[in-house]
Amino acid sequence: MDNIKTKDLLKIKHLLGIKGMCREDLELILKTSASFKQILDTPNKKVAALKGITVVNMFFENSTRTKLSFEMAEKRLSADVVNFAASSSSLKKGETLIDTARNIEAMKIDMVVMRHSTPGAHKMLLDNLDSVIINAGDGAHEHPTQAILDLMTIDEKIPDLRGKRVTLVGDIIHSRVAMSNIHALQLYGAKVQLCGPATLIPKGIEKLGVEVTYDLEEAIKNSDVMNILRIQLERHVGPSFPSLREYHNFWGITNEKLSKAKNDILILHPGPMNRGVEIDDDVADGDHQVILEQVLNGVASRMAILYLLSANIGGIK
Amino acid sequence: MINNIQLNKSNFDELSKSCVIKNGTIIDPHNEKEYLSDIKIINGIISEINESITTGPDDLIIDAKGKYISPGFMDMHVHLREPGYEQAETLITGSNAAMSGGFTRLALMPNTTPCVDNIFVYNDICRRTENLLVNIHQIPAVTVGREGKSLVEMAELNDNGALAFSDDGDGIQSSEAMKGALQYSGMFNVPILVHEEDKTFLDGVMNESFVSTELGMSGIPNIAESSMIARDIEISRYVDGYPHFQHISTQESVKLIREAKKEGLKVSSEVTPHHFSLTDEKVKTFSTDYKMNPPLRTQEDVDEILKGLQDGTIDVIASDHAPHTPEKKNVEFDYAPFGVLGLETLFSVGVTYLVNTNVLSLVEYLKKITINPRKILNLDYDLINVGKMAELTIFDISSEWKVDRRKLLSKSLNTCYHDETLDGQVQVVINNSKIYKR
Repeated sequence: MDNIKTKDLLKIKHLLGIKGMCREDLELILKTSASFKQILDTPNKKVAALKGITVVNMFFENSTRTKLSFEMAEKRLSADVVNFAASSSSLKKGETLIDTARNIEAMKIDMVVMRHSTPGAHKMLLDNLDSVIINAGDGAHEHPTQAILDLMTIDEKIPDLRGKRVTLVGDIIHSRVAMSNIHALQLYGAKVQLCGPATLIPKGIEKLGVEVTYDLEEAIKNSDVMNILRIQLERHVGPSFPSLREYHNFWGITNEKLSKAKNDILILHPGPMNRGVEIDDDVADGDHQVILEQVLNGVASRMAILYLLSANIGGIK
Repeated sequence: MINNIQLNKSNFDELSKSCVIKNGTIIDPHNEKEYLSDIKIINGIISEINESITTGPDDLIIDAKGKYISPGFMDMHVHLREPGYEQAETLITGSNAAMSGGFTRLALMPNTTPCVDNIFVYNDICRRTENLLVNIHQIPAVTVGREGKSLVEMAELNDNGALAFSDDGDGIQSSEAMKGALQYSGMFNVPILVHEEDKTFLDGVMNESFVSTELGMSGIPNIAESSMIARDIEISRYVDGYPHFQHISTQESVKLIREAKKEGLKVSSEVTPHHFSLTDEKVKTFSTDYKMNPPLRTQEDVDEILKGLQDGTIDVIASDHAPHTPEKKNVEFDYAPFGVLGLETLFSVGVTYLVNTNVLSLVEYLKKITINPRKILNLDYDLINVGKMAELTIFDISSEWKVDRRKLLSKSLNTCYHDETLDGQVQVVINNSKIYKR
């Protein structure tokens, strides 16, 4: 813990999205994440940084790994953790989000981690609560902690991202991971490319300064990093998506297609993976992937985010 | 949340037997005239229009010095929520809001519960709105239950005073139903007021644009509106019916209607104040006060709408006044209902964004909120004449005011102009021998 100094403060007071963040904040989070990662490698794995602090995980949408990762991070920091899921929630009885959140806050909590299907739902918490708010995904808007763990994973392998091309492959239009990744990667000077069928690329996204291609083979040739987004099996087949078979044939990552890639290409996947759809077994378990490293970095970076933002508990210090 | 305290009380008084409006400037959009004159009103009827009318001790004198006297405004697209959703607005609170906005005449949409799709509900609403300052014209549905299938009993409703028909919020999806509606209503020469939206596109919550991409929100594309307008222009040419396109929001819609008018087809259109004054950038606040359907579009759309207002493609400015309770609006963006208030800000938004920016002259602007809606609905529109019922709105073009949602007379709070300073304010409204003063 020696190199984690409380005098280093983030400019943000809550983590709602990567958009609007500055590079210095991301650098501080990554630096702190690296320290926590070292702690995760020790036998004890636990620090007392958030002792006495209560964190509520409010998940209004299904999530396995993000929720688990946050809970793990909170427990490693010795926080008291309360979980609240939509299926067991009072929302089903007709209570509003604001009432639910105020009720929970009245029980004296300090930080709220929320996943919600509606973009901007966190703004309602911000307007109505005094707690520190962390966005664990809001609709197809932002998923900032995913972008930070992805950035951390890339940064470990490629310390200087300037001029490097990072390609996000697949379902961009329904992806909160994509938007947060674009903003984070651009802050680090990467060239961001999007690749997928035209029906999964949202309108006007080039205005963010990204390249768009429908041709995976071309993207594979020119990329230094590829982040393979998950195809949501239940969502797509219909007017904008012919079949998983066709998707796999044209946009699925296979070792054969990767043979044209740069030797040191990095393959990321935010999980959970659909093996045989967007990624083949031999890639998912292959030499280029850093997928389990992402999972570990997810815990470390969420620890860092919780720890750094905890400086704002009880008002801005 | 603070609601209006005088919830169900009408805010007008009976007009004195004899009254004189002194020193005002009459602005007459029909005759395109603007002149200083006094107006004498006896028993609610204009009895004299003259430069200087001498007043007696029994005359009520209304000083209109420095102010304009216009035909009363008409809003042909309003939801007053009664019957069925009186928590948000009633016929009385809604007509109070209308008076405060300068309106003497409203056309109400039929999306109430029960739906206005038969003579009995229609007559009931007519009865409830007797004896108000504001004349209220209930527009019946086009199809039973607004389901887009069977036509309502249009001939009977027309015989009983229905001026037009509309399924409003539900665009008529079936081409066969639209063909039938335009053909059948064409017999009595009344328009079908159409909310154009192809609902077979995916449901969205805002405009489909770069902003929806950035926000990760589901979008309603421009073509959901314009493709239906194109269809209905084709149908109306084929059956000789009259579609009036409600609250158009896209540049493509303006262009299609412009061409149809050039061709001489019987079509007309309206736009709301929010669609010519705001863009989808506002949604970045995540405030549900900017959630309406059609959604706020882009600056390019606004620019074409302004051209359409100038060249006459767009005939009417209407509010689409759509009250919703705070309980319904103060939820996540995806879950909030569509709709915003409009009656009390329409006039001033027009002055601020059209007249004071030289998009329209004052008289051209007033045409779109006075005589044009009356022409479309076959109502008398030559109003400033001796012998006519005094149906007048007096306003001050130079005064400005700050919108405070808590001070609006509407029962709901969902305005998208809260805290904004607007130009031009209504002072006095006279109609049906009644008077409202701010």
